[in-house]
Amino acid sequence: MLLFLLAAAVAVAASLAVVLGHNPMHSVLLLIVSFAALAALYIGLDAPFAAVVQIIIYAGAIMVLFLFVVMLLNAHREDEGAGGAALGGRPLAAGAALAIVLAAELAWAVLRTRRAGGSWMGAGPESDGAALQSVRTLGGVLYSEYSLAFEVTSLLIIVAMVGAVVLARRES
Amino acid sequence: MVPLGHYLFLSAVLFAVGTVGVFLRRNVITVLLSIEVMLNAVNLAFIAFGRFQGSVHGQVIMFFVVTVAAAEAAVGLALAIALFRHRESLNPDAFTSLKW
Amino acid sequence: MIPLYVAQIGVVVAVFVMLLLAAAVMVYSERKVAGAIQQRYGPYLVGPKGALQPFADVIKLILKEPLRPVAADRVLYYVAPLLSATAAFAAFAVVPFGAETTLFGLIEEPIRLQVADVNVAVLVIFAITSISVYGIVLAGWSSNSKYSLLGALRSASQMISYELSYGVSLASVLIIAGSLSLTEIVDAQQGAWLGVLPRWNVFVQPVGFLVFMIAGVAETNRAPFDLPEAEQELVAGYHTEYSSTPFMMFFLAEYINMVTAAAVAANLFLGGWHGPFLPESLGWIWFLAKTGAILFFYIWMRWTLPRLRYDQLMQFGWKVLLPVAALNLILTAAGVITVGR
Repeated sequence: MLLFLLAAAVAVAASLAVVLGHNPMHSVLLLIVSFAALAALYIGLDAPFAAVVQIIIYAGAIMVLFLFVVMLLNAHREDEGAGGAALGGRPLAAGAALAIVLAAELAWAVLRTRRAGGSWMGAGPESDGAALQSVRTLGGVLYSEYSLAFEVTSLLIIVAMVGAVVLARRES
Repeated sequence: MVPLGHYLFLSAVLFAVGTVGVFLRRNVITVLLSIEVMLNAVNLAFIAFGRFQGSVHGQVIMFFVVTVAAAEAAVGLALAIALFRHRESLNPDAFTSLKW
Repeated sequence: MIPLYVAQIGVVVAVFVMLLLAAAVMVYSERKVAGAIQQRYGPYLVGPKGALQPFADVIKLILKEPLRPVAADRVLYYVAPLLSATAAFAAFAVVPFGAETTLFGLIEEPIRLQVADVNVAVLVIFAITSISVYGIVLAGWSSNSKYSLLGALRSASQMISYELSYGVSLASVLIIAGSLSLTEIVDAQQGAWLGVLPRWNVFVQPVGFLVFMIAGVAETNRAPFDLPEAEQELVAGYHTEYSSTPFMMFFLAEYINMVTAAAVAANLFLGGWHGPFLPESLGWIWFLAKTGAILFFYIWMRWTLPRLRYDQLMQFGWKVLLPVAALNLILTAAGVITVGR
């Protein structure tokens, strides 16, 4: 429970700092901290493979790409048109209201939903997580039930690669 | 044991934070980062549900979400580079007119 | 009888001290071996045969004046070397270096000589290697200087390109071993074929071993792939603006990354701590010997081979190494399916 609260607090704080920060370079790094907190949560949820994949792909590759683009475009010097802080008074208040309304609505939906045997707030896991830890099980399901999605995803990656190269090329 | 509702509430909060970022920020890169925050919130919900049902399907779907997020980040950043090259600005408000 | 948790804390402390000493030994042996290759003495003044030279270097570096350029980002400038050093140490946490042992009967039940026994150990090493890219990128960017930024960008793109070949050659070993846990992979290499040839993965996967070694050299930014920190081209690359203790941390991180890469290669391909003549509980001696042999090979390569130009390096990584590693993976998978393990 303590681990959950700690990791959750770090994740929420880091995400808030990402959204409200005025320096995109710092935002990228704080997002990496948020990913690390979420990876800790995944380990607590008996999904160590998912946690490691999150670090390798998200924190290790995607964020490096973001860093490259921020450095290439010198984005840390871009001003938002609003002086020091990124979000001024009126937009910040509107944003906070939007966020609170959205989070409250989702939480209300969670609390209201009935599961067989009670609401989700008091639910414990149905079985212990030993079977989930097996990467073998994961691979078995991935390549049998989800094999079509797997192949389509590889096609998606190739398309994205070609698209990114074409879009970012200089007109010469 | 931490009940499922706690994880779902955390996911809701992260999703809301990301949504605020997408709507309000005036910097294309920060908007893309907020989209990643939202996708992370969804991943957490998937893994939590998978764990509480005792199946690996949550993790499998999480892999697909991560892969799609990678592809989307790559294309989004290439778009940001192309836009910046044209107008020297990363503010979405500089691109409001349809004329390139 | 020592309780279990005390023994485990002892293992953690022993690994930490061992890594620090390994870095010191690496600094010394690099200069001595370089001297031998170039037909001159290495350091010989400080201590017997110059053996205390690395400690003298450490004292010198600590006593230097720590500088920070005025325009450097205040927080990131100091976070970057910390991140590099932390990632370097953390990667060794899941590397096992000995069999289960009771330390000659001092502990109640056998413990592994490993800081953390995770069953996805191989991937954890990979993940932490991905994080160590950030130390370099942040160092280059936060120094706010051309040479640093160029060196950092080159180094980062080199590291992420060779991570692919690293991972694919690792995957071929995983197919053969059938497990992600390093301890199980090493234990699968026990024994010998026909009583003579040890059952090491290097004999089953020679191409994989070659690809893994080359990718490991590129990952640790060592020659012949060390353009990002080459003195002749880039002043000093990403650590140009650093001095004293932060510089020492980068130096330390580089050597410990080398040690970790060599230790992982010894575990995956050379049979870890299994070897003839010694009982299982002294297997760590074999581990040290194998890791030492790989590290000697690293040093030898640095002082013998010329440096690759950056575009040659990237072309080699993407156009030669990655297809070879992928082909190796496909052939290995086909072999395992038809013949069995």
